Amino acid sequence: MPLILADAIPETSSPEREFLWTLNFGPQHPATHTTLRLILTLDGEVVVHAIPDIGFLHSGFEKLGEHLDFNQYVTIVDRMNYISPVSNEISWHHAVEKLLDIELTPRCKYIRTIFAELMRIHDHLVCCGAAALDLGAFTAFLYAFNLREKINDISEAASGQRFHPSYTRVGGLLCDVDDVWITKIRAFIKLFYSAYADLMKLLQRNRIFVDRTRGVGVLTKEEAINRSATGPIARASGVTRDLRKDQPYLAYKDFDFKVVCSTEGDCYARFLVRMEEMVQSIKIITQAVENIPSGPINIDVNSKFVVPNQMSVYRSIEGLIQHFELHMTNRQWETPKEEIYAATESPNGELGFYIVSDGSGVAYRARTRPPSFVHFSLFPHLIVGHQISDIPAVLGSINIIAAELDR
Amino acid sequence: MSFADIKEKLTAQFALISLDFSSFRDNDRVVVPPSHLFEILSYLKTTFSFDMLIDLSAADYLHLQGATHRYGIWYAVLNVENGERFIVKTHLDDPDPRLPSVYDLWKGADWMEREVYDMFGIEFDGHPDLRRILLPDEFVAFPLRKDYPLRGMGERHNFQPVIRSES
Repeated sequence: MPLILADAIPETSSPEREFLWTLNFGPQHPATHTTLRLILTLDGEVVVHAIPDIGFLHSGFEKLGEHLDFNQYVTIVDRMNYISPVSNEISWHHAVEKLLDIELTPRCKYIRTIFAELMRIHDHLVCCGAAALDLGAFTAFLYAFNLREKINDISEAASGQRFHPSYTRVGGLLCDVDDVWITKIRAFIKLFYSAYADLMKLLQRNRIFVDRTRGVGVLTKEEAINRSATGPIARASGVTRDLRKDQPYLAYKDFDFKVVCSTEGDCYARFLVRMEEMVQSIKIITQAVENIPSGPINIDVNSKFVVPNQMSVYRSIEGLIQHFELHMTNRQWETPKEEIYAATESPNGELGFYIVSDGSGVAYRARTRPPSFVHFSLFPHLIVGHQISDIPAVLGSINIIAAELDR
Repeated sequence: MSFADIKEKLTAQFALISLDFSSFRDNDRVVVPPSHLFEILSYLKTTFSFDMLIDLSAADYLHLQGATHRYGIWYAVLNVENGERFIVKTHLDDPDPRLPSVYDLWKGADWMEREVYDMFGIEFDGHPDLRRILLPDEFVAFPLRKDYPLRGMGERHNFQPVIRSES
């Protein structure tokens, strides 16, 4: 964090640069949504140089990850990207399960897949709605948020919590889903298409929206690759990478869907890619929700990885022992003394976890590879040469979540 | 290019250096000495076109049983064309942990290296702007090191609340 402004600003004393002026943007500004600060060097209204200043929300998540066990840390993880919490949980437990070499049950895989895709829609709705809000289209924001409420209802039906469900566990899920959940998803699918059509009608050919996003913040394919962009931002620039297709995890192999790409690389392309990804996600959900396999949601208790349910803890000695083993801080999981990097395709891009294990049930080092952090480092590159009024457009299109950015 | 190919070519190219190849689940990796890190990474980038740096971070092995070095730094790279991944790791020790910056190979390393510097105090030579990124400039400790306590060392006392009339 550059608290001393003079250090951060390029030399302005030379005569050919003395007409430049400096503007402090944020950390409290309606367009930054959370706490982002930018120090802008301007030539009139044109941005010559931008320095992001982050860390206002830093709360040491990675340090906490070294002191909480695999099941406890999930509550911290879903506060990272709080507009797609279950995606983070799935990603974290994906890494843990890879470390422990756990193969999930088919039912668990399907439920997790449905949740991952619901969260993708949730994330993209908030992102597109908020991007439109920043550019003055308030109605679109309300349409997006109305639909998003339905996804919160679905989270509530499954886990009891709307915002931070903490729904996954090592080797399975917190609890099984019921018919209410299925009914709610079916209702959501029906509602989605009409709401999506409204949202598209409001924005896709909206003259103001298109004028302010097309050709703004262009990211070329080479730059996207060189600067480590992933997810919708890279795909809008023509990078055809999607972990769901490249390294199919969960149940993605079973479904028919397309990877959405564009070659334009501007804010409008990123908006269109996100909108189309929602349609692909709803396609996956439609296929998955009608074909959820029966059977248990957790892997076999005898594998010593999952916490047994209450019935078996109180009614059987094996369950009781297993419960004791996993909850005593000096016992817990036995992990290989290894290191592993595992990633999933979160709505924002590649969300990876690098776990260093010392053989206990608490990670020795739990590194998060946060997409927001990487994408915000692109920002100074994207904004240079554009005007101040383009900052909300670019910020909205790269979807920075400050909790994940600062961790 | 499979792991075996990479292994063969790297061993042939850097015959005089000890390279420690290993594989765990689907992670293929090599541990290299820090003196040749930049050379090996740029060789990987040009020969196998690992053109995206996915992850760069570090760990402090102070309390890890059987660890021979203090710090480990990993570079996870991706070949965008065919989706292949590879991890290059290196080890460092106190005092003065220092590595060459890979900013010239991958611009994405910019903030990742700043974060490693911020959290572990590992310096990167040749980085264009190596400042603290998440923590304030006055902060003196490196909080993700294992000798830094979970509840901090009382740094908050150094930050008095600023009220409007004084500012």
